[in-house]
Amino acid sequence: MTDNRRLWSGPYIIWSAGFILLPLLMVIYYGMTNGDGSFTWDNLAAFADPIHYRAFINSVVIAFGSTLFCLLLAYPLALILGRRKGKNTDILIMIFIIPMWINFLLRILALQMILSNTGILNALLEFLGLAPVHLMYSRTAIMIGMVYDYLPFMILPIYNAIRKIDQDVIEAAGDLGADGLTILTRIILPLSVPGVISGIIMVFIPSISEFVVADILGGSKILLYGNVIDQEFNLSSNWNLGSGLSIVLMLFIFASMAIMNKTGSGEEDMVSW
Amino acid sequence: MKDSLIRLHNISKSFGNTLVLDELELDIRENEFLTLLGPSGCGKTTTLRIIGGFEMPDTGQVIFDGRDITNVPANQRNLNTVFQKYALFQHMNVEENISFGLKIRGKSRNYIRDKISYALKLVNLEGYEKRKPSSLSGGQQQRIAIARAIVNEPRVLLLDEPLGALDLKLRQDMQYELMRLKEELGITFVYVTHDQEEALTMSDTVVVMNQGYIQQMGSPEDIYNEPENAFVADFIGDSNILDGIMIEDRLVEILGVRFDCVDTGFGRNRPVDVVIRPEDVVLKEPGVGNLDGEVTSVIFKGVHYEMDVMAAGYEWLVHSTFCYPVGTKVSISVIPFNIQIMNKPESEDEKAVTFDD
Repeated sequence: MTDNRRLWSGPYIIWSAGFILLPLLMVIYYGMTNGDGSFTWDNLAAFADPIHYRAFINSVVIAFGSTLFCLLLAYPLALILGRRKGKNTDILIMIFIIPMWINFLLRILALQMILSNTGILNALLEFLGLAPVHLMYSRTAIMIGMVYDYLPFMILPIYNAIRKIDQDVIEAAGDLGADGLTILTRIILPLSVPGVISGIIMVFIPSISEFVVADILGGSKILLYGNVIDQEFNLSSNWNLGSGLSIVLMLFIFASMAIMNKTGSGEEDMVSW
Repeated sequence: MKDSLIRLHNISKSFGNTLVLDELELDIRENEFLTLLGPSGCGKTTTLRIIGGFEMPDTGQVIFDGRDITNVPANQRNLNTVFQKYALFQHMNVEENISFGLKIRGKSRNYIRDKISYALKLVNLEGYEKRKPSSLSGGQQQRIAIARAIVNEPRVLLLDEPLGALDLKLRQDMQYELMRLKEELGITFVYVTHDQEEALTMSDTVVVMNQGYIQQMGSPEDIYNEPENAFVADFIGDSNILDGIMIEDRLVEILGVRFDCVDTGFGRNRPVDVVIRPEDVVLKEPGVGNLDGEVTSVIFKGVHYEMDVMAAGYEWLVHSTFCYPVGTKVSISVIPFNIQIMNKPESEDEKAVTFDD
């Protein structure tokens, strides 16, 4: 029986070794060596190069902004859907998930059509007699793209966390004299924290390493950290520098996760992510 | 009723096409332990939720201490609820749970501290202030839920099957605990359960409900000894329910044999339902009693033996401290006082009565 079970885990062990552990070791190897294969800190230290850390700050600001906007948009929606009694909730959730089935690049290109100077948005503004807006190739455009892309990843975990709150608990709070606002702030908000943390993690991590959205909606004007790494690998073919910069990003993400988990450590069970 | 604290008047409630309560009338007296008893779907929980303010009745009024509170939301009613699944706030410790209602009412810190220790003492959980609900057993959690409700000094405590999730032994202990609490607090308890033993043990008044109607309301003794219809007789304890014909006053014919009884006023030759409790069936030597029969099964139940006796084509349920082995020829007799005569259901309402169990 035990041997049988071990056999079942075989594919996962092979998968983990081949596609997680090995690439990770390779990134660390390349990041800590130079072209001759001898050990060096230079690739990590290259983070201090102004071009690199400015791109990094750009990424952090945009990732932080996208995450915040996602949270502000997603929470009220998740609250409404999560506390809704009735059968149509699943259909409504589907509406927010369906965009995730459409190719990621296609969605961003569609957004480009909408936001560009001669795009749908400006045509609409002109029709309404309003001044056109120049959104393309700006941080705003990148952020709109990221919020649009990652919003479902914020909605779902928060929705699940709110959905999990027992109706009895809400009624008990009302029974003890709490009005709607008190129930929201003292009961629903604290109990949905695990979902909020999951949502933040699921939006922040992809946002901070994002580069495709910046390529298309930011043009070449705004360089994100992801673009820098992308260029080192694909244009300069400098795998060592690209790996070194990736390691710095990984360390940053690990540190932020550690802080997030400490914040949420009061909660017994984190919603899995 | 003169000293009625809560009056439900003409309450009807439907969920979709299902009529759950139909023109319900109920008076709850001050300082009474009243139990709503019935099978699932009988409307007992809905009745409680209407009193608590969690459901709005479609018609009718809820009068609390002379004031119409039908449209008053739950958070403004001077009563508190204990839920079946405790409904504790898992992100708060015991102390924060108990003080939740007091903080909303803006009580002083000293007052809250005193109340917490008083309430924890009352439910025998002193020293549990800083524990999280998830670290407590089911029984302990339910006590915290009770403490959380009673610190607010409600005039009425509503309990929705509060012992339903506990195991048998704990449930029995908690029954005595609740009765003691009721004594010490001197407030009105409205209790919902489907467990007839629980209802009989704790209540001053039992309200037996089925299919949205009150079938009978009275003291536990009345409900048990004088069931008004076959549903109540069947639901409260075991019973033999037989078709009978009321020959005349004080004489009823069951299974073709005439029995003396004490009931009057049913008219002559009228079909009736007859209830005889299993402990009231007396077994004697063959030929001595009213009906001869044979024991077909015996089960030892601890306090008594539970026997089936086949007599005149009916399988009688008999409880006796004497054991008659299977196959023993016996005769059945019942003293007149223990034969309970009931009218056959006449209206559609009463026909709604079913025998599920």
